[in-house]
Amino acid sequence: MAEVLVLAEHTGGEVKKVTCELITLARRFGEPAVVWTGPGAQQGQPRCAEFGAARVYVAADAAFDDYVVAPTAALLAQLVTEKAPSLVLVAGTAEGKEVAGRLAVKTNSGLITDAVDLRPADGGDPVAEQSIFGGSTVVHSRVTRGTPIVAMRPNSVPAQAEPGPAELTPVSLTGQADGARITGRVVAERGERPELTEASIVVSGGRGTGGAEGFEIIEKLADAMGAAVGASRAVTDAGWYPHQFQVGQTGKTVSPQLYMAIGISGAIQHRAGMQTSKTIIAVNKDPEAPIFELADFGMVGDLFKVVPQLLDEIGRRSQL
Amino acid sequence: MNIVVCVKQVPDTGFERKLKPGDGTLDRASVDGLINELDEYAIEEGLRIAEARRETGDDAEVTILSMGPQKAADSIRKALSMGADKAVHLLDDGLAGSDALSTSYALAKVLHQTGFDLVICGSESTDARMGVLAAMLAERLGVPQLSLASKVDIDGSAIRVRRVSDDGYHEVEATLPAVVSVVEKINEPRYPSFKGIMAAKKKPVQTLTLAEAGIDPAAVGLAGASTEVVDFAERPPRQAGVIVKDEGDGGVKVADFLAARKFI
Repeated sequence: MAEVLVLAEHTGGEVKKVTCELITLARRFGEPAVVWTGPGAQQGQPRCAEFGAARVYVAADAAFDDYVVAPTAALLAQLVTEKAPSLVLVAGTAEGKEVAGRLAVKTNSGLITDAVDLRPADGGDPVAEQSIFGGSTVVHSRVTRGTPIVAMRPNSVPAQAEPGPAELTPVSLTGQADGARITGRVVAERGERPELTEASIVVSGGRGTGGAEGFEIIEKLADAMGAAVGASRAVTDAGWYPHQFQVGQTGKTVSPQLYMAIGISGAIQHRAGMQTSKTIIAVNKDPEAPIFELADFGMVGDLFKVVPQLLDEIGRRSQL
Repeated sequence: MNIVVCVKQVPDTGFERKLKPGDGTLDRASVDGLINELDEYAIEEGLRIAEARRETGDDAEVTILSMGPQKAADSIRKALSMGADKAVHLLDDGLAGSDALSTSYALAKVLHQTGFDLVICGSESTDARMGVLAAMLAERLGVPQLSLASKVDIDGSAIRVRRVSDDGYHEVEATLPAVVSVVEKINEPRYPSFKGIMAAKKKPVQTLTLAEAGIDPAAVGLAGASTEVVDFAERPPRQAGVIVKDEGDGGVKVADFLAARKFI
């Protein structure tokens, strides 16, 4: 059975959830082989095993952490040549897509980004589902040249455990790939909250919060729900909340189990970033707000009345 | 300094966009085209870098590079009216249906012809939203990739950018020539002035065909595509949800819904 290469996303040795999703998905097409760059593979191995990885190719060279994207793409291209996988899966994060783009050039292979599902067609070849134009159109497409490379949107396919050996197999990059060097890293404060694109629950605030002070209630609700915080463009443009938390056309695309849009009208720019969320709750004082067209549950009311009451209610019920 | 800004004309996101029955490519004819929003930030950054260079007595020129149908000329003209010096329009019916892989190939061919010290792109387009072009161009041109930049500093031939990451940002350095892609928030794109609009009418726009750019026609367009659409459909509208008005117990009702769906 041919291998399916899965590029691991990890911080230190901690495997990201999307990687567990990709290993699960890889099992539909062949033998999952994780590609691990940088240190931490020992620590991450049990997680890869839990979801059924047959092996973990480990390239621990520091270059992978020190240079932007290029060495990782070079390593994957080398493994595509050496191992002849039937498919390469990467996380549909900004960086994952860039790796995929360079790999596509190196191997002259077709690339599909932002897939929300991937299934074998009759011949076994992968057919990807994408949700485009802000979620208004569903497209199925396939790669017709080279080794298919697919960048999956996080939270699209549930991770399901099935044990595998996840045998650690050292590999090294032959040749040099450097380019742009990373000289510093600054991590933004997000406390103990999950990462926006990975989170199962996202609580987002919009113009209705009225300002940076009003936006604090969004953080409170997010913390009560164990959720990530998102923001509409109106909020980040006005400087009420940092830009990297913007959900929408020019920001992040999220696909959580639950999306709570608080004080967000739901302009197309915003919907493009959250329309594939599984369950959507909206709180807005304007009954005509387009967000209500998407909402599974909509509350027409003042968010500064509804949310504090909701917070009390969550607190009260957690005591029961 | 030779700065080339890649500009894509995209369908206005304010209108309904569709795929064409048959080949499943984007219907660009039925919706107004405008400059991809993130490319406006790329143009602005290019202009600012060129202005700073000129202030120190160096030469600097900003060239707009766009691949697209005839009507992309409107977007090119707008970029020139913002202040770019000249433009190259890669225009050939054989390009229709090109995917990211072949687009990067075609643009790299033209960039080899124009030469460049710095290539600047928007970090993604609002139509395909792949976010891969800058990475693909860097790979094809064999130069450093400084993508997702929220800040760019150039000192001689050294370039430093602040690269937005999932959890903050990275400081990244390289030596020119290089490819940069920018995120919004890097700057505030200027509006074309009346003077700029008038001046743009006289600025040179070079039109290149596939043959003139030395591009293999088999490697671009639908024929050169490395992916194909199997089928597509409009998403059925979401099933209408329950919308209720807050009667003083709105928070409790939201909590009830959350509890019923086992979120709390």
